[in-house]
Amino acid sequence: MFVRKPFSWAAAVAAISGLAAVVPAKAQDTVKVGLILPMTGGQASTGKQIENAIKLYMQQKGDTIAGKKIEIILKDDAAIPDKTKTAAQELIVNDKVNFIAGFGVTPAALAAAPLATQAKIPEVVMAAGTSIITERSPYIVRTSFTLAQSSTIIGDWAVKNGIKKVATLTSDYAPGNDALNFFKQHFTAGGGAVVEEVKVPLQNPDFAPFLQRMKDAKPDAIFVFVPAGQGGNFMKQYAERGLDKAGIKVIGPGDVTDDDLLNNMGDAVLGTVTAHLYSAAHPSQMNKDFVAAYKKAFGNRPGFMAVSGYDGMHLIYEALKKTGGDTNGDKLIEAMKGQKWESPRGPISIDPETRDIVQNIYIRKVEKVDGELYNVEFATFEAVKDLGKTKK
Amino acid sequence: MTTILTNLFDGVAYGMLLFVLACGLAVTLGLMNFVNLAHGAFAMAGGYVCTVLVNRMGWPFFAALPLAFASAAAIGIALERTLYRHLYARSHLDQVLFTIGLTFMSVAAVDYIQGSSRVFINLPAALQGQFDVFGVGIGRYRLMIIVICGLLTIGLQMVLAKTRFGSRLRAAVDDPRAASGLGINVPQVFAFTFAFGCGLAGLGGALSAEILGLDPYFPLKFMIYFLIVVTVGGSSSITGPFLASLLLGIGDVAGKYYVPKMGPFVIYTMMIVILIWRPNGLFGRTAAR
Repeated sequence: MFVRKPFSWAAAVAAISGLAAVVPAKAQDTVKVGLILPMTGGQASTGKQIENAIKLYMQQKGDTIAGKKIEIILKDDAAIPDKTKTAAQELIVNDKVNFIAGFGVTPAALAAAPLATQAKIPEVVMAAGTSIITERSPYIVRTSFTLAQSSTIIGDWAVKNGIKKVATLTSDYAPGNDALNFFKQHFTAGGGAVVEEVKVPLQNPDFAPFLQRMKDAKPDAIFVFVPAGQGGNFMKQYAERGLDKAGIKVIGPGDVTDDDLLNNMGDAVLGTVTAHLYSAAHPSQMNKDFVAAYKKAFGNRPGFMAVSGYDGMHLIYEALKKTGGDTNGDKLIEAMKGQKWESPRGPISIDPETRDIVQNIYIRKVEKVDGELYNVEFATFEAVKDLGKTKK
Repeated sequence: MTTILTNLFDGVAYGMLLFVLACGLAVTLGLMNFVNLAHGAFAMAGGYVCTVLVNRMGWPFFAALPLAFASAAAIGIALERTLYRHLYARSHLDQVLFTIGLTFMSVAAVDYIQGSSRVFINLPAALQGQFDVFGVGIGRYRLMIIVICGLLTIGLQMVLAKTRFGSRLRAAVDDPRAASGLGINVPQVFAFTFAFGCGLAGLGGALSAEILGLDPYFPLKFMIYFLIVVTVGGSSSITGPFLASLLLGIGDVAGKYYVPKMGPFVIYTMMIVILIWRPNGLFGRTAAR
């Protein structure tokens, strides 16, 4: 059950106090999931999508599994690692949770890792995307993605599809650097050349000078990774500067055309090719139902963060089912390894060795469908593991 | 050569935008000696008013701009009458604590009403894209910013230097007691000035939504830029912040273009160098008060 009061109020309160209201739960027949998400701050849309998806999952599947009642305790960390750590400590020590889950950004997931190890409880990462995360604790599993998965694939695809010269524009933080390095490795290995490399500050207000530099470098395409949310700014200024008319395409992992914001970006975004794990336009029946249910409940489209949260909750349910309701952390992690299921994004599984997600990566192009912009998938790379680890 | 000019153009536009956003702060800080860290909240209010009018109600962009100004000014008047005026006589620390509190409240309120996703303004087609003048890329939207902000600056300078209101304001600032003795309604002058500063912020917020992006964290994200402009320019005139904005805008754009590895540090480096050279800002008067 969700124990929070109507959610936006709490978000408002949380913005001031940094704490969400928590009601103590009773009985040993409940399994508690401590959900740590950025509900305020620049990453709040990530937190909201995941929270929504988990609500949806529990509405659909009920809040009881293997004879246990599932209780969610939500804490807002505003994507600040110090707050994540405090929240995780409180959840583990005071609330005695059986899982910690969520984690909007890499530093947050890393901050909680030693606590998961100490308390021997599973940490289910539902958003953060740097490769190293699952290596920081044997108790971490991930249902989101790694940047290596999508960046290597778009690198291979680009070089095989007539894109020879690329300029890169990536946000200067760990996921941005991951995206850049994995893309470069695969793109140059295939014979492509990176003619310009710009790392932009994470909180970048104006892309104009960087885009001018891209334009002057005259590449075939720009490889872009900026956190979801800045994608819209980037695409608008890309069009303003006439890079679309100069024939410079945009390619990248799918964060730049997140379904959450895609529809507001304007027609300049048409034709952008990205590699990603999920599109609201994924043509399976399961996804159609998922998108319809999500839209009905929350009034907008689910993005890839929503689907990661949905799958994360599924993984928690399935693990409990497999242990028969036993909440021993080691047993739960064992139960999670090798799980395989059909998700709205397609078939996925948890790699038993790395505890990281294995999933299809789709190449998609932005097209107009019924007057709305969608990432339409046109090629599939099946069962992609995290290449950040398989090298070792 | 054309690249240099294109960058210069972008830099001027960015600087002008910074100026309109920050000059209201220069007015309250410099002329009224009041530290208003909630300045960005008024800018955000203008931005949201403009996006709601344009996107949801279908107003033309240029009709929404004056309303962005007016609504931010109206909020400014309301808050000045009810809250701010009690703090004029208090210490700067009290003012800082009070206004930063207001900023956080505005962030939470907008998050509650509008949600935290970034919003964009649907611009008319005439304002989109670039055109070429002898190979120099001129962005239509940025050109409009330069024109609007340029006119505003001239108007503002005229009002302060040439009009009766300007001299009343200067008198009220320099010696409020003597000014009220002369029959100047000091609280009224201050209220009007404050509201005008807020209105400018609102207009700046509406103009910047397209380029800087608009979300509930706007006041916190850009507070540092406002403060840099006012510190570097000095707060005792309008010319100071104006030249500072231009210098910082051009410097920031040029820095990001020519030495992208330095990224955001160019603007901070410029600030430090200028402040070492002139601790009171470019046009600061050492013994202003």
